[in-house]
Amino acid sequence: MRITQGTFSYLPDLTDDEIRAQVQYSIDQGWAVAVEFSDDPHPRNVLWEMWGLPMFGIADAAAAMHEVSGCRAAYPGHYIRVSAYDASLGRQTTALSFIVNRPAAEPGFRLDRQEASDRRIRYSLHPYATDQPAGERYGSVSAAPGNVMPNGVRGGS
Amino acid sequence: MAAAQERWHAGVIPYAQMGYYAPDYVPQDTDVLAAFRITPQPGVPPEEAGAAVAGESSTATWTVVWTDRLTAYDHYQAKCYRVDPVPGREGEYIAYIAYDIDLFEEGSIPNLTSSIIGNVFGFKALKALRLEDMRIPLHYIKTYQGPPHGIVMEREYLNKYGRPLLGATTKPKLGLSARNYGRVVYEALRGGLDFTKDDENINSQPFMRWRDRFLFTMEAVNRAQERTGEIKGHYLNVTAATMEDMYERADFAASLGSVIVMIDLTVGYTAMHSMSRWARRNGVILHLHRAGHSTYTRQKSHGVSFRVIAKWCRMIGVDHVHAGTVVGKLEGDPANVRGYYDTLREARIPCHPAQGIYFDQDWGSMPGTMPVASGGIHAGQMHQLLGYLGEDVVLQFGGGTIGHPMGIAAGATANRVATEAMIKARNEGRDVAREGEDILRDAARRCQPLQVALDTWGEITFNYEPTDTPDVVATPSL
Repeated sequence: MRITQGTFSYLPDLTDDEIRAQVQYSIDQGWAVAVEFSDDPHPRNVLWEMWGLPMFGIADAAAAMHEVSGCRAAYPGHYIRVSAYDASLGRQTTALSFIVNRPAAEPGFRLDRQEASDRRIRYSLHPYATDQPAGERYGSVSAAPGNVMPNGVRGGS
Repeated sequence: MAAAQERWHAGVIPYAQMGYYAPDYVPQDTDVLAAFRITPQPGVPPEEAGAAVAGESSTATWTVVWTDRLTAYDHYQAKCYRVDPVPGREGEYIAYIAYDIDLFEEGSIPNLTSSIIGNVFGFKALKALRLEDMRIPLHYIKTYQGPPHGIVMEREYLNKYGRPLLGATTKPKLGLSARNYGRVVYEALRGGLDFTKDDENINSQPFMRWRDRFLFTMEAVNRAQERTGEIKGHYLNVTAATMEDMYERADFAASLGSVIVMIDLTVGYTAMHSMSRWARRNGVILHLHRAGHSTYTRQKSHGVSFRVIAKWCRMIGVDHVHAGTVVGKLEGDPANVRGYYDTLREARIPCHPAQGIYFDQDWGSMPGTMPVASGGIHAGQMHQLLGYLGEDVVLQFGGGTIGHPMGIAAGATANRVATEAMIKARNEGRDVAREGEDILRDAARRCQPLQVALDTWGEITFNYEPTDTPDVVATPSL
């Protein structure tokens, strides 16, 4: 399956040029661009790991594209998204968020049903990937040790 | 002073002479202001008609009463402070009336409306009366909590950003069994829509009782979440005859994990207030279907403009409300609809006569209500929809999803692809108003359902003359 979170998941995967255009649009709106990654695709997992801090006040998409490349190199088998944050009064929220990297194979979800009384059912969505420990999902150990710290914070360089 | 003495003579004296017409009055920042379109009966001067509206919607009755003198009456009297003839509309005037904030109970739209649109609308001295707009002072706005979640929280709750949300109303509106109903919901959601919706008149009928619908629908919602990895919702209509029934249905929806419930405008303002509190307490998004509004919003000379209804709905506190499509099958002049959308979404709306906005309105920090565009729209209009309605909107394609020749899921996919392609192109700097059809054609090359949607509905438009338009036409700027 293909998880369809994010603004452009029903389109073919964006090329780097297309990603750059969306990043530039975001910068031009005054939004801060952030790169985040995760190997837990549950739709209510909003706290993806931050690849560094959000980039406030950059003028050129090149800086953000550099971070996208870095994150991809470190986590080729993870979901990676680019988000743009609008800090203006009355918004103070994400303005755009789209996936720029996804695992080669996406096993998807299992829907668990717990039968309760009166025909009620309690539903629970279980990503198959999370049967494995974090970092060992999607068929590979993603990050080279030393390059990325265990808490997901980017180290070095 | 002789005039002051005459004010208290028993009998009937003109409202204007009783202080309800006050052309020198300067409205205070704390006043509630109203703009009424008045059509006086022959022989009634417009100033007297405006004063009568001010009187009947505040303190007055038809004759002088000495008991006024037990009060600081000039404080409580509404004041008609300006009357303008309407250009091009013989016999119609806009009367501006100021009400002191003390006339209204805090946080109660039923109280506000019982004054402003109470007895006065049946007043014989007027042929017709229409409430065009209101300025609600921030002091009074602050006595309302507004939408239980609002646009920002809804997006964060759903984890969906940067594009219009997409929905569809289950069709046929009436007659489906609960199991078949669930099938429609599942197909539409797994195909790419974010929401599906009960129609306004689906409550709990013999062919499908509410509890059965809720159970089958939530199965469909959860299956669609499994298939897509996205959060999905179905507006479960909890409209019922009593508050007790509505709470029972809403509680059940919440217990099943539904992210959203809906009510109809026909439940009334008090019930809307109650459900708004319920929605905040339970963390459930509240959708409002404006069933019945056209009976009083559509005619230009009599009734209440929808921009006022929109304002009241935001104050009462709903997260969604239907507000027009411009291009669809239902009434909606582009300039007026823009005014409704601004009223629902923006924090500060400047006076803008060409969009029917008569006053500056400051909402303070009250969250915005998400407008919903529903009724006769399809994927082939995506560039127009984005241009007219913007991004913070739910686009609802009922027939435009369920009527797709390849099936419901294909219809949903066509709408989703059209939306994403249009947003992407706009962000890339393309002029979607001009190039919209090309953008859709390009996207359809890689999406057969979109191609089929364009082939089926591409030429469908609803071009009828609107019945309600602003009186001031914007001067086109170059």
